[in-house]
Amino acid sequence: MTAALVRALGDFDLAEELVQEALLEAVEHWPREGIPDKPGAWLLTTARRKAVDQFRRQARFREKLALLEGASMRDDTAEGDDRLRLIFTCCHPALSREAQVALTLRAVAGLTTTEIARAFITSEATIAQRIVRAKRKIVDAKIPYRVPAARDMGERLEEVLAVLYLMFNEGYLATAGERASRRDLAEDAVWLAGLMVRLMPEEPEALGLLALMRLHLARADSRFDDDGNLVLLQDQDRSRWDRERIASALAVLQRAAALRRPGQYQLQAAIAACHTEAASWEATDWRQIVALYDALLELMPSPVVQLNRAIARRYRDGAASTLPEVDALREALDSYYLFHATRAELLRDLGRDAEARAALARALELTANLAERTLLQRRLG
Amino acid sequence: MKYVLLFGETKERAKQWESMPEAQRQAAYAPINQWFEKYGSKITGGHELQPERTATTVKFNNGKPVVTDGPFIEGKESIGGYAEVTVADLDEAIEMAKGWPTGGLVEVRPVVDRGEPQR
Repeated sequence: MTAALVRALGDFDLAEELVQEALLEAVEHWPREGIPDKPGAWLLTTARRKAVDQFRRQARFREKLALLEGASMRDDTAEGDDRLRLIFTCCHPALSREAQVALTLRAVAGLTTTEIARAFITSEATIAQRIVRAKRKIVDAKIPYRVPAARDMGERLEEVLAVLYLMFNEGYLATAGERASRRDLAEDAVWLAGLMVRLMPEEPEALGLLALMRLHLARADSRFDDDGNLVLLQDQDRSRWDRERIASALAVLQRAAALRRPGQYQLQAAIAACHTEAASWEATDWRQIVALYDALLELMPSPVVQLNRAIARRYRDGAASTLPEVDALREALDSYYLFHATRAELLRDLGRDAEARAALARALELTANLAERTLLQRRLG
Repeated sequence: MKYVLLFGETKERAKQWESMPEAQRQAAYAPINQWFEKYGSKITGGHELQPERTATTVKFNNGKPVVTDGPFIEGKESIGGYAEVTVADLDEAIEMAKGWPTGGLVEVRPVVDRGEPQR
C-alpha cells in the first residue's frame, strides 16, 4: 500500500507517515464500526485522504494532488458524489456571492478561516461570521444538500463556475503589494476548477474555465516587472510564459470543444489561447480574436464584452473606425476606468493628445488598483 | 418545511393593475389562477392583498400605539399578496416562485417551526 502511495506521491517518507496515520485511525475505528469489507482499500482511501489534507495547504504539491484525486475519484464515486453535493450546496444561489466564496474555500478546499481572511485582506472575525451566517441560512431555510436535478443543472453549474472565477480573479488581479498572500487564491480556484472537471468530466464549461485559468496563470509571472509594475500583454516577455501549463490548458480546451457545447468560458479561453499561441504581439491573429468576441457577444451581450471586442478591433482595423464604437458605450461604461483608458489610447493614436490626456485623467479617477494607477500615471507622464 | 412566498411588485405596476378595466383584469388573472391550480396540493394558505392605499399602520412610539395611514415598508415595491406553501426544501419553494406568472418579485421566507400542532 505504501508503494501505491509512493507511486502517486513520489515521496517515500511522506507515504509511510500517511500509512502510519491511516493505521492509527483504523485502530480507532474498526473496533467500534467493525472491520470494513476491504480493509486494504479502506486504509488506502484513508491514507489518501490524509495526503489530500496535507497537500492542500502546500501549493507546490498541487499537481501531485491532482494525480492523487484523480486516482481516488475513480475507485470511490461515492466520495465524489459527496464532494459534488457539497460544492453545489456551498454555491447555492440563495447564498450571497461572498458567502459562497468563503464557504467553498472553507468546506471544499479545506482552507482555514485565517487563511481565507488573509486572502481577502479582511479580519478573521468577518470571515468566520460570514461562514456562520451562511451555514445558518442553509439550515434555517433548508437549502438542500444535493446535486441539482438535470433541468436546473445548467443554471446551477454556471453559479459554481462564477464563484470559482471570482475567487480566481481576486487572486490573479491582486496587485503587487498584495500578491504574496492573494496569488494562492488563484491557485485554490484552479484546484477547485480541476476538481469540478474530475467530478463532471462531460461539462464543457467547467473544462473551459479550467483552461482559462491555466492560460492566465501561465502568464502570471510576466505580468509584473521587478519593481512590481504592471506589464501589459504587448510588452510581456513571452519566453517567461509557462509553456507546460499552456499545453495542458490547450489540451483541456480541446476536450471541451469536442463536446460541442460552446460557452462563455470556452470562448474566453479560446481568446486567451490565441494570445499564447502568437509568437509575438505583432503576430497576434486579431481577425480570429474579433471573431471569438463576436461569438461571445452573442452569448453575453454586455458592454464590457463590447469594449473588449473594440480593443481587439483597434489592432485589426485601426483607431479611426474603432473610436465611434467605443464612444457608443459611454452611457453604459462611463464609470469604468478601462473605458476611458481605451479611449485615451485611441485618441492618442489619432493624434488628439489633449483629449487623450483628459480621458487618462478620468480613468485615473476611477481605479483604486495601485498597479493600474501606476500604469496610467506613467502614460500621463 | 413551510415557506411564505411574498409577491411584490413595483408601485407603478400595482397602480396599473388597479386601474385596469374589469375584463382585462379578469384575463390577467387567468395565469395566476393556473399557478394556484398547478401547485394546489402544496399551497396551504394565502391571500391577495388589497392595494397599499388601503393599508393602515400601527406604530409604537415608546410603547404608545400611534395609528397612521399607509404601509410600513417604504420603497419602490409593495406587497400584493402572499401564499403559504408546504414543500420539501428551499429549492422546491424557489421553483414555485420562478413559475410566478406576473413577474415582479417574489420573496421566499421559511416559516419558524416550533413543532406546534397544525391548526
